[in-house]
Amino acid sequence: MKLSFSDEDEKFRAEVALWLFENLVGEFEQLKFRGGPGDEHMFPLERKKWEQKLAQGGWTCIGWPKEYGGRGCSIEQQVIFNEEYARAGAPGRVGHIGEGLAGPTLIAFGSEAQKQKYLPGIAAGTALWCQGYSEPGAGSDLANVNTKAHFDEAKGKWIISGQKVWTSLAHESDYIFVIARTNPNSSAHKGLGFFLMKMDQPGIEVRGIRQLTGTSEFNEVFFDQAECDADDIVGQPGEGWAIAMGLLNFERGVSTLGQQMQFQNELNQIIDIAKANGKSQNPTIRQRIADAHIGLKIMRYNSMRMLSDTDDGGLQKEALIYKLFWATWHRDLGELAMDVLGPEAEILESGPYTLTRLQAMYLFVRSDTIYGGTNEIQRNIIAERGLGMPKEPKITA
Amino acid sequence: MEFSFTEEQKMIRDTAQAFLAEVSSSNAIRSAMDTEQGFDPQIWQRICEEMYWQAIHIPEEYGGMGLGYVDLVVMLEQMGRYLLCSPFFSTVCLASNALIVAGTDEQKQQYLTQICEGSLTATLAYTSKNGQWDATAVQGIVTTQGDDYVLNGTYRYVLDGHTAQLLIVAARSEGSEGEQGISLFAIDANTPGVKRTWLPTMDQTRKQAEIVFDNVRVSSSQLMGEANNAWPQLNKVLQLAAIAIAAEQVGGSQQVLDLTLEYTKERVQFGRPIAGFQAVKHQAADMMLRTEVARSAVYYAACVAEEALSGGLLADELGEAASVAKSYCSEGYFKNAGDALQLHGGVGFTWEYDVHLYFKRAKSSELFLGDAAYHREHVATLLLD
Ligand SMILES: Cc1cc2nc3c(=O)[nH]c(=O)nc-3n(C[C@H](O)[C@H](O)[C@H](O)COP(=O)(O)OP(=O)(O)OC[C@H]3O[C@@H](n4cnc5c(N)ncnc54)[C@H](O)[C@@H]3O)c2cc1C
Repeated sequence: MKLSFSDEDEKFRAEVALWLFENLVGEFEQLKFRGGPGDEHMFPLERKKWEQKLAQGGWTCIGWPKEYGGRGCSIEQQVIFNEEYARAGAPGRVGHIGEGLAGPTLIAFGSEAQKQKYLPGIAAGTALWCQGYSEPGAGSDLANVNTKAHFDEAKGKWIISGQKVWTSLAHESDYIFVIARTNPNSSAHKGLGFFLMKMDQPGIEVRGIRQLTGTSEFNEVFFDQAECDADDIVGQPGEGWAIAMGLLNFERGVSTLGQQMQFQNELNQIIDIAKANGKSQNPTIRQRIADAHIGLKIMRYNSMRMLSDTDDGGLQKEALIYKLFWATWHRDLGELAMDVLGPEAEILESGPYTLTRLQAMYLFVRSDTIYGGTNEIQRNIIAERGLGMPKEPKITA
Repeated sequence: MEFSFTEEQKMIRDTAQAFLAEVSSSNAIRSAMDTEQGFDPQIWQRICEEMYWQAIHIPEEYGGMGLGYVDLVVMLEQMGRYLLCSPFFSTVCLASNALIVAGTDEQKQQYLTQICEGSLTATLAYTSKNGQWDATAVQGIVTTQGDDYVLNGTYRYVLDGHTAQLLIVAARSEGSEGEQGISLFAIDANTPGVKRTWLPTMDQTRKQAEIVFDNVRVSSSQLMGEANNAWPQLNKVLQLAAIAIAAEQVGGSQQVLDLTLEYTKERVQFGRPIAGFQAVKHQAADMMLRTEVARSAVYYAACVAEEALSGGLLADELGEAASVAKSYCSEGYFKNAGDALQLHGGVGFTWEYDVHLYFKRAKSSELFLGDAAYHREHVATLLLD
């Protein structure tokens, strides 16, 4: 075991830190510690510009191969980048779905033409993506998709109709990837297709959904005879499920260490408040703060183990626990924040419903245990894939 | 960065696993725990002579293998998994560490060599009936008499204290308080005035003793570390030991999970294996989470311990890493053992099934060297004061 980074990696770290120090200034200064879950609605235009700034510096998609506009960075370097990015307080990435999900999926499963068409925009920070998986009837049971796709021979295009829901950032996005049913007689995970679609077209309507935080970062997306070019289906019609699942594997990865830095920033804020208002001397609060610190430390060790075992990008079965652990930890942190604040926790920054960062965090973390697979679904996955316990019985009507 | 085992470490683990599966069977554990001594001398001899485990992290100049703390932890995990009944923990994780950290050259030469040869068992005595694990636990009194020292006091919860041949003893000067005035001694258990009594325990797989020192005369050559100033060294030994016991706890967590999986896949109720019920699956999933998370904490702490012994970059993190590991692993193991008992239903409540042995060991190792709350308070002090 060796926990330190090589001299070369440390040089890379210095390079990242210096670039951020020199560039996260001026008009971007106000973006520090902004954006990201719970704050996604803030400064959308400025943050889009920041994506492009990052791209100019060569700091988008750094883990992608060079031929696709990436930097070909090692896992260690990606870890370091994410750490420094969060340490500098650089803003939540509006481009993360394209960079972390759409791009890797295209690199793994897309045609050469699709790669040429879509990857440069993602790498340049000019094309933002959102994820069209969930539907009113298809949440945890992701395969229960009703959105339909049929190929119109005359037009030479796929025609998509149906509805997606809870689509994060759809209102800011240029593209959406959609799973839809290509075979109307199929059910469950058979007969699906994976489509790449332009948002700005007549058949697509986006309606914001107000969240419990009072803000909207997710949406309903309606498809009414929306069009998708013939060569914008990834893989073959009917193969969509495998691609959708492949993509979910990209959701867990190197960004975790950056996420932890963000968590660390939140915990530090809570500690500062506790010291200032005297709660730091309350024995129960002391125990809970220590517990949060311990959990965060171990989260870091977990991901180091996870990344060290990953030579081929595949995940070992131990990695299955990761989402359940961080989501539950973060939810607890939200409660800790409120309990440390005491009655002050209730007082809003201003009316009618403007939350402070910690209030927004506290409310938003309730979604961490829901999106990306609920805690219950995570436990099913751990039990079935990690421990080989029997699968849930399927009810066939 | 490479946070995973080397090929050599994997070999150590697999060898330990295979050996312990053989020698520390349910029957072997039960016969050892029925004795006052608490272990089978023949198995201990095989461990020392065939396996050479007691020498694993002792420097080569004293006849040890000179490997690192990570290698030690790899084995401890397996010992915890198979509930090995032996004086390994007391001799290696308490006494050897104390000798390495605080012993004089002569003491190391003499005792570490004997430990490596397998001719000496040893332990650490520092706790008193007040039930504390920090410096206030040290209540034994040492006075000087010419060049010699005289020791008085009653020590409790001394692992293998009734069988160990060498006692590493912490005592304080009269009137001293807290971390001040503490000295460490290496004392032959047969020294006149040392009275040792076995304390029967709920967890029978690990034996404890009470030791009374009644005007025990000790020469200055038996002093370890610096007179009156040995707390930092003793503290370091305790941190290293906390990491060692956390490693055992990880092994135990894994084993109760494995036993539970095996049982729930076989036990049929309502027409199907109970492993198919979500209420059962979700408990098992939480058990796996706790085990893996505990493992990450221990492996990291082991790396830190290794650097703390060799003066590496992470040495300063020892106290924090030890408390992180001991607090998480203590609660994790106990919860896992409790869930295992629950999921075994009625049979889990029997003497015949091994689950209760783990349930009891989980609690005894949770309490030993400070429970989760104690270690969290350590962390809180680092963060908040
Ligand atoms: C903030 C946020 C952002 C999101 N962003 C996106 C996005 O960008 N794109 C997208 O496609 N989706 C997105 N989602 C949707 C998210 O993936 C779903 O909400 C999630 O998969 C849960 O599905 P559901 O809401 O339909 O709940 P349901 O599936 O209806 O679940 C309701 C409850 O039942 C439990 N349950 C369901 N099935 C089982 C089972 N088999 N065993 C045990 N318990 C079960 C669940 O755990 C949950 O507690 C987002 C959600 C949120 C909250």
